[in-house]
Amino acid sequence: MLKNIIRKIFPDRQKETNKLEAQKLKWLVRAVMTTRPDEIGCEECFQELDRFVEIQLAGKDAAEAMPLVQDHLDRCRVCKEEFEALMVALRALA
Amino acid sequence: MVERSNEQWIAALSQPGNDEYDVALEDLRAILVRGLGYALSDRSNVRDTDLADFAQDAILKILKGLHTFRGESRFTTWAHKIAVRVAFTELRRRRWRDVSLDEMTESKEGDADFIPESLADPSIGPEQEAMQRAILDTLRRLIREELTDKQHQAMQAVLKGMPLGEVARRMDTNRNALYKLLHDARQRLQKRMLDEGLSAQDVMSAFEP
Repeated sequence: MLKNIIRKIFPDRQKETNKLEAQKLKWLVRAVMTTRPDEIGCEECFQELDRFVEIQLAGKDAAEAMPLVQDHLDRCRVCKEEFEALMVALRALA
Repeated sequence: MVERSNEQWIAALSQPGNDEYDVALEDLRAILVRGLGYALSDRSNVRDTDLADFAQDAILKILKGLHTFRGESRFTTWAHKIAVRVAFTELRRRRWRDVSLDEMTESKEGDADFIPESLADPSIGPEQEAMQRAILDTLRRLIREELTDKQHQAMQAVLKGMPLGEVARRMDTNRNALYKLLHDARQRLQKRMLDEGLSAQDVMSAFEP
């Protein structure tokens, strides 16, 4: 409700706050220019994630062993967040 | 708590109704609650009852999907993975439940208005700024020309911070399908950028550091 009032009084301000911040814009540009045709999606990454984390926990280079999973984690904020939480849990339980 | 091999876990959990099943189920529940406690330890809004609920929901998915366990990791690692996914999905749903897609995508469909003309970075020189402006102009135009309305809307919402699964929910699709939709969008933009003579190296060096 308040946002609608502000939008009507300050239409240009609304336009400006709609713009992406620099960091997100840089992220977009990088994401576009490094797009790979063989990227895997969230589901495939999830299927492989238990194997990926165990390689990582064994002190080996999971990114080298499973590069498409690493690539997806580098691109997908939500999958990365879940991966990091899973690592925290497994390290604590070890 | 008894240590089990993967085979023992699968065998115990595949036979509901016998004593071994009940013991294995309770052991799994305890393991998952403990794991989720660590996984979500940096979040102040998670209660013990939440951990129990997430573990229970995860157990239902685990039991339903027992046949999909491929044995490429420990069973408990696989189970923790599912529990973490369940927990984060619900926490994101709660966090974003009052935010509509319209609020995240306030520019008109397809107008790429969310791409600014420049980064307004006082630390870069005029040559780098000119390069950035040219690239951003190109990107804005290509977004208008190449992306479908759905891709434009999803891209905006995700860039502005809405989790992929939450955008997908509002678009009546799933996270995986939406990732592929955005992948297609990026591929189209990349191809057009390259067709217009902008190499990956040129573009990325213009926006470094």
